[in-house]
Amino acid sequence: MNRDIILAGVGGQGLLTLAAVISTAALDQGLIVKQSEVHGMSQRGGAVQSHVRISDRPIHSPVIPKGNADLILAMEPLEALRYLEYLSSDGIVVANSVPMKNIANYPADDRVIAALRGLRRHRLIDAVAIAREVGSLQSANMVLLGAGAEFIGLPPDALAQAITALFSRKAEELAEINLTAFHRGAQAS
Amino acid sequence: MSRMFLLGDEAVAQGALDAGISGAYAYPGTPSTEILEYVQRTAPSSLHSRWSTNEKAALEAALGMSYAGKRALVSMKHVGLNVAADPFINAGISGANGGLVIAVADDPSMHSSQNEQDSRFYGEFAGVPVLEPSDPQEAYDMAGYAFDLSGRYHTPVLVRLVTRLAHSRAPIERGAIRHENEIRLPADSQTFILLPQNARRNYARLVLTQSQFVAESEVSAFNRVVAGSDRSVGIIAAGLGYAYVRELFPNTIPHPVLKVSQYPLPTDLIAKFVSECDEVLVVEDGYPFIEARLRGFSPNPRVHGRLDGTLPRTGELTPEAVAAALGVTSAPTVTPPELVVPRPPALCPGCPHADTFRALIAALGDRGRVFSDIGCYTLAALPPYEAVDTCIEMGASIGMAKGAADAGLHPAIAVIGDSTFTHSGMTGLLDCVQEGTPITVIILDNLTVAMTGGQPSQATNRLENICRGIGVAPDHVRVIVPIPPKHDENVRVLQEEIDYRGLSVVIARRECVQTAARRARQRKRQQKPEKKPGKKPEAKR
Repeated sequence: MNRDIILAGVGGQGLLTLAAVISTAALDQGLIVKQSEVHGMSQRGGAVQSHVRISDRPIHSPVIPKGNADLILAMEPLEALRYLEYLSSDGIVVANSVPMKNIANYPADDRVIAALRGLRRHRLIDAVAIAREVGSLQSANMVLLGAGAEFIGLPPDALAQAITALFSRKAEELAEINLTAFHRGAQAS
Repeated sequence: MSRMFLLGDEAVAQGALDAGISGAYAYPGTPSTEILEYVQRTAPSSLHSRWSTNEKAALEAALGMSYAGKRALVSMKHVGLNVAADPFINAGISGANGGLVIAVADDPSMHSSQNEQDSRFYGEFAGVPVLEPSDPQEAYDMAGYAFDLSGRYHTPVLVRLVTRLAHSRAPIERGAIRHENEIRLPADSQTFILLPQNARRNYARLVLTQSQFVAESEVSAFNRVVAGSDRSVGIIAAGLGYAYVRELFPNTIPHPVLKVSQYPLPTDLIAKFVSECDEVLVVEDGYPFIEARLRGFSPNPRVHGRLDGTLPRTGELTPEAVAAALGVTSAPTVTPPELVVPRPPALCPGCPHADTFRALIAALGDRGRVFSDIGCYTLAALPPYEAVDTCIEMGASIGMAKGAADAGLHPAIAVIGDSTFTHSGMTGLLDCVQEGTPITVIILDNLTVAMTGGQPSQATNRLENICRGIGVAPDHVRVIVPIPPKHDENVRVLQEEIDYRGLSVVIARRECVQTAARRARQRKRQQKPEKKPGKKPEAKR
């Protein structure tokens, strides 16, 4: 078992939480995990990424070598394209389709979406709309996780348990909302 | 609790805690910040873990704790060691009493820094051992080992991290846990008095000890040869470079590998290794520290690395670069479409700095120059503001504005954050007071160290008193509130102080929107009934 996952988005979109859920689930399954994070200046509304590597054998590099990622899980469509160099030839991009336009020269929406649709394997989901229905825009990252769950290589129940474990530390109802978001994301795809 | 999932930074902190430190000291700086944050989150309150005003103050306090016989950890980013270089080098001369470990996180590729200096040079410069972990587990193990070495040789020990290690997370197995030391003052009352006669004696001893440090490196478990049959190329892999080499060859590495993670360099081990290979590739993150020594004065056809272009001369190591250097074919890649434009970091929506810069731009017009400093506000160099002209290092804004004013430039404006001001700006301001230098210093007081994640600022509630106390005329210590409705008023205040041909300070005070939002969330959470504490706090993030 071996999965290399790039998480992509914009600072503030909950990538570290997404990484923590996947890593926690993988560790609970007795797997080996390496996770690389971006801290500091890049978090100020800039492009951010995290690498999550899961395996049943020792993992050495903290970053995924280019051309090796099985999955790019992106909270934002332009950010989904930014890390294509990392995607393996049979990898898939699962992306939230709602753009975050905090730069003046953001390209036209239809061009970004067309580029994503042009990829051999892709899945686009309106994670924001589903998160809104669930009752918390902040749960869009868990909607996306649900949409990409089948490509992560872990049982969906393990991811659900990790969500419960991580969020119930903050508040029970947060755990419920995020769990619902996760299931809705999985159903919508 | 024995298996944890920790960042490289956190692993150093946990290793130091398990080694029985009594205090940790630091000034925040990416990628080192999480070291002290981890100590603050996990250590008992009896253990010192408050932020220091700057890295020099942090290292001096740690040296004082060591003087008293207890173990101390001090952490900083690479450029922080420049600030702390004076106590660092001289602690090498005085030596340590209780164990003293300096953890320094370098930032090759300059993800959040203005240079990619390599702290291994500082270790050599000071004549102290350097440990360079290749993964988070080694970071944990080395923190404990660093305190062993420090205790055995009464020397400070430097642990060098790089960004990718500091910020990568992996499972950690913990080792034995030591108790804190009791107070035990230095046996020799002269050791820490670096008068020339003592310093000469200490320095001679430090020079003699170097051969013992090398001997330690020769037998260290962290420096070892991994056999390989293809001796046409041997690989010397330092620190994280070792992880990239292993990544390339999942089963066995065909070439012999010498893993180097402890300095001073094990010269016999290296000489023997080099003699057994036709050529050598040096894989090290940062500067070509090992390669330059192997190569000597002129190009050496047997030695490859960053100097001969086998690996890129600048920037961090990558798996792809190491693969290319070893002739291993990388996986095919897809190039992102051209429409993917950069998304640089920017001031947050509602950021108080943005209001201050809008007012400053209006007040200044085409006149003068703005000397800026290290913090979120450096982002004002980018569009749409393009409002600052320099950013060099912590505190340079005031010093450079002064020098430019000395040269006759007017207006010369210094823009500096609250925490940067107390870190390194106050001393330059005193020079301006003494000479009546006509500059305007704008202190952007957002009540926190924002760029590194919102640590408390030593400047909070003290800035007016500091400025007046240093001797800035009270009439010219002004406070503005950077919010849009006060724009016109703020422009007027800034214009008045810029036009004043003397020293003035304008404090622009409004809380960082990020810390304000976090406090609001915490308040909201506290209003709800208490939940039982969750398990596994180490996985929190």
